[in-house]
Amino acid sequence: MIPASFDYVRAESLSEAFQALGADEDAKVLAGGQSLLPLLRLRLAYPATLVDIGRLPELRGVRDEGDHLFIGATTTHDEVLKSPLVQTYCPLVAQATATVADPAVRHRGTFGGSLAHADPAGDLPAVALALDMDLVAGSAEGTRTIPAAEFFLDYLETALAPGELLLGARVPKLGPGWGFHYTKFHRVAQAWAIVGVAAAVRHQDGVIAEGRVALTNMGAVPVRARAAEAGLPGVALDDRTALRAATASADDATDPPSDLHARPDYRRHLARVLTERAIRSAAA
Amino acid sequence: MTETEIGRARRRKEDARLITGRTQWTDNIQVPGLLHVAYLRSPLAHARITRVDVSAARSRPGVVAAFSGQDFAAEQGSLPCAWPVSDDVVIPDHPPMAVDTVRYAGEAVACVIATDRYKAADALDAIEIDYDPLPAVTDMPSALADGSPLVHEAGNKAFTWTFAQGDIEAAFRDAPVVVERTYVQQRLIPTAMEPRAVVAQTDGDSFTLHTSTQIPHVLRVMLAATTGVPEHKLRVIAPDVGGGFGSKLQVTAEEVLGLLIARRLGRPVKWTESRSEGNQTVHHGRDQIQRIALAASAEGVLRGVKVDLLADMGAYLMLVTPGVPLLGAFMYTGIYKMDAYDFACTGVFTTKMPTDAYRGAGRPEATYAIERAMDELAKEIGVDPLEIRRRNWIRHEEFPYATAAGLTYDSGNYEAATERAMALFGYDKLRAEQADRRDRNDPVQLGIGVSTYTEMCGLAPSRVLGSLRYGAGGWEHATVRMLPTGKVEVVTGTSPHGQGHETAWSQIVADALGVPFEDVGVLHGDTASAPRGMDTYGSRSLVVGGIAVLQACERVKEKARTVAAHLLECAPDDLEFTDGAFKVRGTGAAKTIQEVALAVFAAHDLPEGFEPQLDAGSTFDPESFSFPHGTHLCAVEVDTETGMTTIRSYVAVDDVGNVVNPMIVEGQVHGGIAQGIAQALFEEAVYDADGNLLTGTMADYLVPSAADLPTFVTDRTVTPATSNPLGVKGVGEAGTIASTPAVVNAVVDALRPYGVRDVPMPCSPERVWRAIQGGVA
Repeated sequence: MIPASFDYVRAESLSEAFQALGADEDAKVLAGGQSLLPLLRLRLAYPATLVDIGRLPELRGVRDEGDHLFIGATTTHDEVLKSPLVQTYCPLVAQATATVADPAVRHRGTFGGSLAHADPAGDLPAVALALDMDLVAGSAEGTRTIPAAEFFLDYLETALAPGELLLGARVPKLGPGWGFHYTKFHRVAQAWAIVGVAAAVRHQDGVIAEGRVALTNMGAVPVRARAAEAGLPGVALDDRTALRAATASADDATDPPSDLHARPDYRRHLARVLTERAIRSAAA
Repeated sequence: MTETEIGRARRRKEDARLITGRTQWTDNIQVPGLLHVAYLRSPLAHARITRVDVSAARSRPGVVAAFSGQDFAAEQGSLPCAWPVSDDVVIPDHPPMAVDTVRYAGEAVACVIATDRYKAADALDAIEIDYDPLPAVTDMPSALADGSPLVHEAGNKAFTWTFAQGDIEAAFRDAPVVVERTYVQQRLIPTAMEPRAVVAQTDGDSFTLHTSTQIPHVLRVMLAATTGVPEHKLRVIAPDVGGGFGSKLQVTAEEVLGLLIARRLGRPVKWTESRSEGNQTVHHGRDQIQRIALAASAEGVLRGVKVDLLADMGAYLMLVTPGVPLLGAFMYTGIYKMDAYDFACTGVFTTKMPTDAYRGAGRPEATYAIERAMDELAKEIGVDPLEIRRRNWIRHEEFPYATAAGLTYDSGNYEAATERAMALFGYDKLRAEQADRRDRNDPVQLGIGVSTYTEMCGLAPSRVLGSLRYGAGGWEHATVRMLPTGKVEVVTGTSPHGQGHETAWSQIVADALGVPFEDVGVLHGDTASAPRGMDTYGSRSLVVGGIAVLQACERVKEKARTVAAHLLECAPDDLEFTDGAFKVRGTGAAKTIQEVALAVFAAHDLPEGFEPQLDAGSTFDPESFSFPHGTHLCAVEVDTETGMTTIRSYVAVDDVGNVVNPMIVEGQVHGGIAQGIAQALFEEAVYDADGNLLTGTMADYLVPSAADLPTFVTDRTVTPATSNPLGVKGVGEAGTIASTPAVVNAVVDALRPYGVRDVPMPCSPERVWRAIQGGVA
């Protein structure tokens, strides 16, 4: 298919972008286009205007801001996963980003686009949740910060207001003692996750002190597996029975979809098995 | 002796232009005044069209015309089926654009022609069309049940076809072991890299059609018959074509309509499909339900095989739709000896996209069923899957061998291929590891899959095709001409779409005429420059078309010998031909073939009565099929907690006879294996109960990439075919035919401890996991 017609605005400055977005309720932001263009080509979306933010240098790149990194919205996946700052301080982001689609997509697709698109089958929303990222949004009225836990409202729906643009995210450096792992369970390399697990674990002397788990594609939004997290402190990493018991509730509070690749009961089963494995890998 | 060109891994001449895209892909073609066609397609699987109004579309910007099926009703005819397989076959009328009824989702119902593709697509929204929905028919057993809604008035049964040899009742009567299984060949979407595209032009009463097809010659004949455009007024060109896998062995609605629209408007038109349009409307492959029964002795020696097949035709019979299961009918006996064989097939209409040839066409299905069932027999008898095969296969000293399915295999050496494959695979070591993992109750189990396949290809002896009621022959033509400067032009009737004919034919010519590889050019795919041919499918190009090239070279050489003898003032028999020169035995006198070519061009001094040209043609009709074979071994690791299957190692030892270009053969084997693995683990075209295609995009129809496949270990044994002078066998489909059962046998083998004896294809993680749950219970 080919897209229906639309107006195209290439923003030369942030204020121009805000203005263009504010002027048209049906405007959509174009960054890497890796999610948006297929929707246009399949005529599943008919935006009146595309606002291209691809040439705004202030939105691109990774900065060290002390206790956190700031990752600009239009930083490509490839730039993110190769960034020494990300690899050093936020390896979970690098790991998950490396599983996004294929190299061609990763060279065009952007960090912010992946979050703002809010596809629960995307890999980065769960990572944002697991790391408690703060998402920074801007508009003509100014900027505000939205915690990841409040950002994903529904399927492809975020807390961004009309006219608001995602500028980037503050990603906390979790510091020493933490281990990370992102597991993506999918049938072919380029496919979305059937289930994904983002895990962060702080452990000492072989015992888990604290764990965070967020799940990809287990509902309309990424899901934090709070029940499993609650059972993790005190579990010895080599005690498989205890770990399995703690992660048996990983699928609590999920509402997994049913599609060609998996029905809900199977997704729940996978969430449990993969959470246990992700925790072990994170602590390894 | 000089090194021969045949056998060298020559880099492909055509690749630079194909890979860079700097070539005439049909969609690249630009013509002054070109218009663009967009089709409106039925969103319903089955419905009566009660009203179509295209008038509003006509007034949209850039729109030149809009038509409904009714507008072409008087002239569009019916898309042809060239294979009326039986007396009872029902060939329903198949209008290229639906007029009053649609029978599958995606069927074209109207079209818009505009000055660019975007305007054409936009104006589709303005077409008003009303449907009266009819019930979908999506499942074969239900379609055949009494009271099923009908796809066509004549009923849902398209045909029945049977074959029997030997006393099958005696074979099964009191047989100590009977294994009976049902396998489902899921529906597949061929997914050629280049989408279909058509450019139709006219200058009054003559037409030129560029199309991404495998069959420019067959298409020209069929289009002439369908549209009434006289054959000599119709030029069909298959420019460079980016893959087909059988999907471009078709006379498509869009090709016929392209001509009709160009004729109606008197202007050139182009149509290029989108991928999602292609998923819906490129003919699909496979889709059969196979019931197979083996009767064997207590030692597992086969007595007979019985097959009962349901084959989903989809909504209509297209070019060779009903013939596909027949191409499999002769392969259910595989490489095995038995007393009796019985085959019955019923073709069934459903409200889905028609099926037709897809890489292997019938033989992958047959090979899957027999190779899966042989594993079950091994399990039943309690022996290794390779041992059950040894007890039944044709031994190398028994060739030529007449099979229970009525074919005569000319050559083969199953023992040698199997021995080589086992050594490369480390068979015994992997079996030991498997036993160890089973003992340890390892959550990751190891499975080993075997496929000892053969197949029939090199389509085909014309008399055999005639006896099977196919509408055409199976010969192939080549013309070879020496140019004045000593270069050589080959005109081939084969129609490459990725196979590398320009390279392989150059190698054959270089050896036969003693000219440099670089001095050979190959013309193909244009009915004006290459007027005679039967095109490319069924692994036929080398074993039929390549032989025509060789024979034409021999004729050119004999002509040249006459001239050389004249120039050297000796008898033709006094000349030996080596290194591209005719040499008088015992003297130093010689004429190179290039010198002869120039002398013929000048024509100053030629033998009495010799016409001044150094051209020759040959039309080769094979006396037999070609029977490549081999042994494929696959090891998989199955994560029993998640159901994920990972291929750990894959060994393929193929015997394709003599090899012209080992690199091309290697490429065919790799691609073939990948496509067979795709059926085993990944791909499935899924329709819902209402007949909607759920796998309309590549997000849902999972084509694996290199990242999903293991490194293939390949090797060859060489048992030359005796049915052609090059001793070659076809290789285009062998990998696909062999690999699917090897992989699924491995998956099932891994799950034997859980009581699993089958996993339906594709063996997705969810299906494997559920099989384990069910097996344990």
